[in-house]
Amino acid sequence: MPRLRIGGTERWLILVIVAMGVALGLLTPTFLTLPNLFDLLNASAVNIIFGAGLLVVLIAGGIDISFTVAASVVQYLTAITVPLFGGGDWAVGLLLAGAFGTLLGCVNAFFIYQFRIVSIVVTIATYNLFFGLLMFWSGGVSIYDLPDWWTTRVVIFGTETASGHAELSLTVLVMALCVSATWLLLRRTSTGRQLYALGDNPEGARRVGINIGAMHYLAFGWLGLMAGIGGLMQAHYAQEVVPNALYGRELDVLAAVVLGGARLGGGRGTILGVFLGIILVAMTQNGLNLLGISPYAFKMIIGAIILVAITLSSEGVGRLIGSWRRPAERRAA
Amino acid sequence: MTSALSRTADGPRIQAGAPLLQLDHISKRFGGVKALDDVRFDIKRGEVLCLAGENGCGKSTLIKIISGVHQPERGAAMLFDGRSIEGLSPATARALGIQVIWQDLALFPEMSVAENIAFESNLGARPRLVNYRAMRAAAARILDRLGVKLNLDASLRTLAIAQRQIVAVARALVAEATLVFMDEPTASLSQAETDALLVIVRRLSAEGIAVVFVSHRLAEVLDVCSRVTVLRDGRFVGTFPTEGMTQTRLTELMTGKTFDYAVQERDLSSAPVVLSVENLSRAPDYANVSLTIRRGEIVGLTGRLGSGRTELALSLFGMAPASTGTVTLEGTPVRFASNREAIRAGVAYVSEDRLQLGLIQPQSIADNTAIAVLDSLLGPDHLISARRQSALVDTWIHDLGVKIGHPGHAVSTLSGGNQQRIVLAKWLATNPKLLILDCPTVGVDVGARAGIFAIIHKLAKAGMAILLISDEIPDVYFNADRILHMRNGRIVGAYVPGETTLDTIEGAVHA
Repeated sequence: MPRLRIGGTERWLILVIVAMGVALGLLTPTFLTLPNLFDLLNASAVNIIFGAGLLVVLIAGGIDISFTVAASVVQYLTAITVPLFGGGDWAVGLLLAGAFGTLLGCVNAFFIYQFRIVSIVVTIATYNLFFGLLMFWSGGVSIYDLPDWWTTRVVIFGTETASGHAELSLTVLVMALCVSATWLLLRRTSTGRQLYALGDNPEGARRVGINIGAMHYLAFGWLGLMAGIGGLMQAHYAQEVVPNALYGRELDVLAAVVLGGARLGGGRGTILGVFLGIILVAMTQNGLNLLGISPYAFKMIIGAIILVAITLSSEGVGRLIGSWRRPAERRAA
Repeated sequence: MTSALSRTADGPRIQAGAPLLQLDHISKRFGGVKALDDVRFDIKRGEVLCLAGENGCGKSTLIKIISGVHQPERGAAMLFDGRSIEGLSPATARALGIQVIWQDLALFPEMSVAENIAFESNLGARPRLVNYRAMRAAAARILDRLGVKLNLDASLRTLAIAQRQIVAVARALVAEATLVFMDEPTASLSQAETDALLVIVRRLSAEGIAVVFVSHRLAEVLDVCSRVTVLRDGRFVGTFPTEGMTQTRLTELMTGKTFDYAVQERDLSSAPVVLSVENLSRAPDYANVSLTIRRGEIVGLTGRLGSGRTELALSLFGMAPASTGTVTLEGTPVRFASNREAIRAGVAYVSEDRLQLGLIQPQSIADNTAIAVLDSLLGPDHLISARRQSALVDTWIHDLGVKIGHPGHAVSTLSGGNQQRIVLAKWLATNPKLLILDCPTVGVDVGARAGIFAIIHKLAKAGMAILLISDEIPDVYFNADRILHMRNGRIVGAYVPGETTLDTIEGAVHA
């Protein structure tokens, strides 16, 4: 198997992204400039981190919508606990946020695996539970006096261009690390292949002797970890912790990940697809902005794009076209 | 292949002819039900043995005990290569080279063929890096050994069922199998595909791998196996050489019944014709099919899977329109655009796949029974009348002798035979003139089978025209007035049971 096999969905997304990039480059003077493209990446990085985590859960055959509020909870918990570590630094922050996130993810895994409850039901419940607890304890109050290390912008790469200052933030570096780690997990480790197997055919996975419980904790724990790290980076990006800052973002991420080729039934999906799916949505939003289209139209247009893309990439269209050409290719049932 | 042969030769020194696996006094109880009662089993290296028995006879339980999934009751003796293997776990069974290819294959559709075959290398408690190259090489080696060519990088879901079967066999061999169980491997294969699989089975046997073949297709069993072990109702009937065994004798051993009941001998030639089909064709499923069914007549339609029988039935039921030819129902030419029209015209079809298509498993018995006739249950307020529904349900449950706890219980709580009766009740409630039964006895045990045929005969006596499709030839032989044999989409033979023998028909169908 070639190491960097690019699947059909991904190729299709690259094509659309390139076409849209060229079109926006022609239509607006600013789109194809380094500052804008870097901004696009800076702004999408948190969603990509979330998406990497969600992908692991989707591949294992589950679904989770509680990860964004889990990320908010992690932001608060981290903000409260870093002073105990002398104010902390990035290492402490990442460790704490990752640990809190993993813990919350394992709460989901616990209910889903131990009580065999469908993951969407459990995560709808924990979504409300986490958010309710957060609002109740925080009283809906934001935190602005975060430690300096957390809010000070860290530039990992900056350059002056004709169209202004362009820079990549720390969030992009963290995102790159998260994406690499997820890729390594999914493609290169035996555990990752077991996750695919579980989502693909749960009964088959059980029969070959995969530890189903461990896979549940791994998948939801991994998403928790990514949610924690994503939450930390989002607070860094926004320079404040607001309880409902991430509320509602879970469906955007989910849609983009599915757009990237992950299958809701499990067993299929790639990290490249996640990256492309999220970039495509962010690019659309950015392009509409630059074109001066009313922000009220964004959701509508993005929704339509996702619908069209998913319809085109689904096997259903192929079947429909195929059945026009050849009316009877049914195999004996 | 040479490596496998030498492996056998270098294997633990055992006396020639000593069994690879020997089990004695195997019993297993689930709750109050005795699934296995003092069963014996043995197999030699390289032997192809058939495990035969009706559904529910304990075959699956025995396989699960041998593969370590279940533990037998006390008193069991299990020897593998002369060593005791009591307390067998799935992991140790695998380590001994005991592999089971389940009927549903347990493969991973989204993964590549190579990864499916070599998936074993992804297992283990400790995470490892995946070596795709090694997996691919291992998969290629095995397929080569089997003499099969498959695209290793194709995802499994793009493969036909016969090819998936081969992938499942290949996966079993990756793990250095010594004993392979194949659970109904040919159930969904065509004749050519079955032949190809049997070639592979013989090849495994030549390599010294013991194969236990579980199949309902008796012709196949007698062809490929050297001995057959028969279980009935959880008890050991015996292990017999296939040399000199006939299908009829084997059926008797499996069912415990001698087939002395008479074939149908009724003269229905003066009864009015209900269904008349002339030169019906639908490429590529079937061509030039002509048949008639009279009032009160049971016409048996047999043939192997893929012969076009199900497609023909679906056409008569309006679900797969025929391209040419005519269908006449009680003298009126009909051309159904959908199965709703067919139902209204008085055609009912009981599908082959009862569990998936025939019943809505989680819904109640009552709801399942009434689902095809909901319109007739509307009260004056245009809502479903609970009174009418329960009257209807009670009538059918009584008429068909369904054993249920309560009509409100989920249909999934019923046994196979009783579920089949509910499917029948559902369609009988539509008051059909023509009833098409597609393999009504699949997954139904012997006793319930007789009950279902009793119902079918009662319906025929009441004047219903019945098309009985089955690949179990005794089913049609002892129940139909006439038998049509379908092969490759054509009707190639017509028999009257009273004028021919069961073996003649079986010979023709399995030839």
